[in-house]
Amino acid sequence: MIGLGHYLTVGAILFALGVLGIIINRKNVIIILMSIELILLSVNINFVAFSSFAHDLVGQVFAMFVLTVAAAEAAIGLAILVIYFRNRGTIQVDDITMMKG
Amino acid sequence: MTEAFAFYLFAGLVVASGTCTILSRNPVHSVLWLILAFFNASGLFVLLGAEFLAMILVIVYVGAVAVLFLFVVMMLDVDFKSLKSGFTRALPLGLTIALILLVEILMVVGGAAFGTFAPNAAHAPVLAGNHMTNTQALGSLIYTRYVYVFQAAGMVLLTAMIGAIVLTHRTRPGTKRQNIGEQVARQPGEVTRKVHAVSGEGVEL
Repeated sequence: MIGLGHYLTVGAILFALGVLGIIINRKNVIIILMSIELILLSVNINFVAFSSFAHDLVGQVFAMFVLTVAAAEAAIGLAILVIYFRNRGTIQVDDITMMKG
Repeated sequence: MTEAFAFYLFAGLVVASGTCTILSRNPVHSVLWLILAFFNASGLFVLLGAEFLAMILVIVYVGAVAVLFLFVVMMLDVDFKSLKSGFTRALPLGLTIALILLVEILMVVGGAAFGTFAPNAAHAPVLAGNHMTNTQALGSLIYTRYVYVFQAAGMVLLTAMIGAIVLTHRTRPGTKRQNIGEQVARQPGEVTRKVHAVSGEGVEL
């Protein structure tokens, strides 16, 4: 029988994969953005699993809002990437030191 | 039995394609693996009874976000080989952090007693005798109790759209484009003149 713990385990593995992807692909912004999408997907799996097993629809409503924010974040991130590439001709993340942050 | 088989199929494919997403050498392959991960996650959502979210995941993510990623990856002429350097150097650190994170989350998941949900604690309970579909139930919740949050989500999307357009819009110098105001405001007297052409000499323009 598949229980809540199974779904939460899948979510945990996906979350760890996303974090691993951010760390090992530190130079490639596109893969970092994809890893963030993976992390948000794992959060969504957790939301929906809890919603399903608690018989409470609020979790699915909030999973939808997470989806909205993820789509907005991907659009803005890719737009920033495109203008950065247009200005510099590269997408090396470690070159971005103009603001000395 | 069928549910268990479907769950392990979808879960295994999600994890496998997520791994391939972060390990692929070619970002185009990464995007394609990401699309597979989203498809299988939507399968998991169907198993959980969230059909509307599953369809939204396929339409919004696979149809829009992943294709946006594909467009950007293919439009930018980037040497992805050089971006791969430092990959093996960061691998031990990354594996350590990810493993610690995974073990911690799994300890929380394994240690908590999630089986004891109080039925009256639900804010929007899914009633047993209720014959609404998942989409109807979500709609009746979004448009009533969460209508302001829903509007805020729309504002987020509007802001993202305006931001993306403002960021990437540029006026190139040297392009010829129609200026309708100038065109309409032209008077015949400003642009034409009458010359008296003498026979045999022509006119000077």
